[in-house]
Amino acid sequence: MDVLISQSFTGASYGAALLLVALGLALTFGQMGVINMAHGEFLMAGAYTAYLTQQVVTNADISLLLAIPIAFMVAGLLGLLLEFLVISRMYHRPLDTLLVTFGVSLVLQQAAKDLFGAQAVAVEAPSWLDGQIPILGYRYPLSQLFILVLALSCLFGVAALLKYSSFGRQIRATVQNRSLAESAGVSTRRIDRLTFFLGSGLAGIAGVAVTRITATESTMGSEYIVWAFLVVVAGGIGQIKGAVIAAFGLGITRAFLTYYTDGSMAVVLTFLLVVVFLQLRPQGLFAVRTRSLA
Amino acid sequence: MKRLSLKGLMPIAGIIALALLLLVVAPSVLSTFRLNNLGKYCCYAIAAVGIGIAWGRGGMLVLGQGLFFGIGAYAMGMHLKLEAAGPEGVPDFMLNFGGGVLPAWWEPFRSGAFTIVAIVVVPAIVAALLGLAVFKRRIKGAYFAILSQALTVAFAALLVSQIKYTGGQTGLNSLTSFFGYNLYDPVNKKMIYSITATILVVMLLVAYQLYRSRFGELLVATRDAEERVRFLGYDPANIKVVAFVIAAIMASIGGAMFVPMAGLINPREVNALASIMLIAGVALGGRATLLGPAIGALAVGFGRTYLSESFPDQWTYFLGALFVVVILLIPNGLASLVPRIWRSLTTRQPAARKRVKTA
Amino acid sequence: MNRRHARLVASTAALAASALVLTACGGSKSSDGDATAAESCVDTSGDSVKIGFLNSMSGPMSISERTVSDALTLGVEQINAAGGVLGKSLDLVQEDGASEPTVFAEKATKLIQSDCVAAVFGGWTSSSRVAMRPVFESLNSILFYPVQYEGLEADRNIFYTGATTNQQIIPALDFLREEKKIKSIFLAGSDYVFPRTANKIIKQYAGEYGIEVVGEEYQPLDQGAWGTAVDKIVKTKPDVIFNTINGDSNVAFLQAYDEKGLDAKSIPIVSVSIAEEEAAAIPVDLTGQMTSWNYYQTVDTPANPAFVEAFKAKFGDDRPTSDPMEAAYTSLWLYKAMVEKAGTFDVDDVIAAADGITYEAPEGTVTVNGENHHIAKTALIGEVQQNKLIKTIWSSGEPIEPDPFLETYDWWDPSKG
Repeated sequence: MDVLISQSFTGASYGAALLLVALGLALTFGQMGVINMAHGEFLMAGAYTAYLTQQVVTNADISLLLAIPIAFMVAGLLGLLLEFLVISRMYHRPLDTLLVTFGVSLVLQQAAKDLFGAQAVAVEAPSWLDGQIPILGYRYPLSQLFILVLALSCLFGVAALLKYSSFGRQIRATVQNRSLAESAGVSTRRIDRLTFFLGSGLAGIAGVAVTRITATESTMGSEYIVWAFLVVVAGGIGQIKGAVIAAFGLGITRAFLTYYTDGSMAVVLTFLLVVVFLQLRPQGLFAVRTRSLA
Repeated sequence: MKRLSLKGLMPIAGIIALALLLLVVAPSVLSTFRLNNLGKYCCYAIAAVGIGIAWGRGGMLVLGQGLFFGIGAYAMGMHLKLEAAGPEGVPDFMLNFGGGVLPAWWEPFRSGAFTIVAIVVVPAIVAALLGLAVFKRRIKGAYFAILSQALTVAFAALLVSQIKYTGGQTGLNSLTSFFGYNLYDPVNKKMIYSITATILVVMLLVAYQLYRSRFGELLVATRDAEERVRFLGYDPANIKVVAFVIAAIMASIGGAMFVPMAGLINPREVNALASIMLIAGVALGGRATLLGPAIGALAVGFGRTYLSESFPDQWTYFLGALFVVVILLIPNGLASLVPRIWRSLTTRQPAARKRVKTA
Repeated sequence: MNRRHARLVASTAALAASALVLTACGGSKSSDGDATAAESCVDTSGDSVKIGFLNSMSGPMSISERTVSDALTLGVEQINAAGGVLGKSLDLVQEDGASEPTVFAEKATKLIQSDCVAAVFGGWTSSSRVAMRPVFESLNSILFYPVQYEGLEADRNIFYTGATTNQQIIPALDFLREEKKIKSIFLAGSDYVFPRTANKIIKQYAGEYGIEVVGEEYQPLDQGAWGTAVDKIVKTKPDVIFNTINGDSNVAFLQAYDEKGLDAKSIPIVSVSIAEEEAAAIPVDLTGQMTSWNYYQTVDTPANPAFVEAFKAKFGDDRPTSDPMEAAYTSLWLYKAMVEKAGTFDVDDVIAAADGITYEAPEGTVTVNGENHHIAKTALIGEVQQNKLIKTIWSSGEPIEPDPFLETYDWWDPSKG
């Protein structure tokens, strides 16, 4: 019983971090069909932003919170730049964006290494994350709670934006039928750019969050990128709620498999489960009906 | 019947030129060390020819060819490891981790013939099963790419975790001989290189015949208009599976030949990064052309060695920029520039010519 | 199908195949090992002699290996300033191993065959070492390997200047058993050969001395999902955690450990891969956690102050000196002493001269064992300070003779799991 509880919580912690990373991808990949392999490096940029913020505002209690909006802007602007320079030129070649953005991710990794050194940097924890709260006999770490709250806030923010704002309606219209949206007066170019800004910015926030669980160094994004793409694929493209279930599903599966096998086999089995799952539901958990045959 | 024109002869001429370069010129001018390196690039090139078929002609972004490269490499590695251990011997890492007992499924790899068959058959079966599962369910595009990448990551993690069967992170190393030939004798190194280069040439010929066949035309048709092919009564899934299987076999053969040249195989050579590096060469050379993928893979191999020798820090920038520049600006690769340059040289008024469509 | 074309294809294939047959016949199946040993091309006629450094300057391992390269560079400068080796200055060729074992093997071949270096210094991971091993054997050259490792190896062409298990793992266990009186232990490691071998040794040791192994957890090197393992630690409450995690995965592990409220007072950790440089990058209070090495920046030996001062003067005040750096630096001076004893750079003569070579290293006196090519070193248990430097709290007192195959330990049985 205590295994069930502890691994559900630990799995939910993995899941929350995954959700934060995948949320931005669900927008850029799910809504726009752009496969951005540099998403992990936007996360890294967010993490280094947290580090730099801490160099300026040395009080860790404040600087971590302060870093969240700054990291959102930094990663968002990086995303905007990428969209403007590269991706806007290849919307008709979605598979090629994968390779181009992989090249970008290599460049960003090396740039981070040259700027900040190869050695990981230490982002200190704020004192208010020091401790645990007991739930069902499990001592749930506050820093995991922080990531969970941050993930859920971003989730509800994005969901509300998509559902209620006119910007959100325009995004959904563009996804479902781009040419019809255009003829209805939606500037799809502007929508693309804003979506990419938002999606990349979310990666920046994820970067701040994962400084609590991962070393802040130049290759930190590659640990998350494959997992995050799997979340989006398993959840169903264009579906935020699918991504939520997939993220927590993958996280909890991984925790239990780690408990009963070992860390390496847990990775192997979780990935295989996703592949098998896609056999059963090729469109992911929730399929969205669109006009495109792809 | 197709008419044989000068243009039709170009690919064959290209293959012959490459064959002469690799099999006659290179061995006479390069040192054993450089030749051995070139041999490794040839292995990547063999896998690249297959990627050219699946991705260039078939439109399937095979982001996980490391899986098949790895199957071939580990099959060969197991045979060579057993060879190094001697007739009744057990690989060294098994003494340390496996209690000194050879697992039953290792036993057949003592036979060279079995190993060679396995190098071709195992990836074919895996690719056929995977392909049927994926393509019949009409999983394609980005889904397929991400799925194949995830499988490669899982495969590499599996190799790492099963240390008593696979040697773990350090893989299969300290190999001494290749079917009885000492691996460190310069004469034998040259021989292994020649075998690899010959296989590359043969694979190019296979691809050439394939592209000229009815299947080759169907494959391109499936890439460009899958629904129309279906409406014509063909099952696009079957066409894709066949191309995928061919690509898998080629990757496996490339992997198998890589082992005697590198002297080892480990999970780093088969992971997601290694897989995407294979794609880089194909993109550079020209994915849909005959010679482009192979030449691109050779070029990336060279670039990797030479640039990292001269600029160890900046090498990553070069590689990253290569992806961006090539795919953004010359999506059909360097090979697509050759006919353009040829035309501008042979045409009287090159300035009058419109820009060639790139996408 | 076009006839003429088919014929063309067939004839090209035949051409290629005949080339293959011709070269295959040229292959030599000679089993005579010496036939393969290439003639050395090392040029010792001039004022200088080339040596090679082979470290990962790119890729994930560059974080650690660059520090070794820096320490080696310092060593060469000092040796040259002191008159060189046999009166010849050392001319260094730096190569990048790119964190890829195959590249290590490739570049080792290049250094020996193309650059004609007299000896090579470098390597870090076990994967890189075993990848290079057959190259040094077959081309008969020398490798100096500076990192603590899993033992069970003694190669004629390699000198191991880092600790083997009986100079690092076993002393740490002795210390825990005798000084800390531990009854239970939890093993956490990265998933590769060093942690798995170390833990195999620890389990047999624990069996011999009645210590209970309450858990054994691994994560792949590039993944840091340590939450589940820490849950098991919380549940089993071991007296100590034996940490063989490598690289940045340590950050993830210690964050997961810290956020669950564990610290050096409740469940202490002994680490064998965290040195000063790594400790600085971990945003967790490590005060009181233990490490097992053979050198710390703070060690009190006659040679250490000069080494630390010279390093900081060259590379900056903020740069700590660590065990692998010191072992690499020491290996250069040992090589100098071996060559000068042999009176030549010839590989076989240098190897023959190795036995008994001793040097006053920053870590203390070290002596080369001519039989297994390891060096006698003093084991030091350290405690991480508030400032992330490490202070010695226990020492083996005198250098421990290297025993890579653990032949002097009755409880050790390599064939047992």
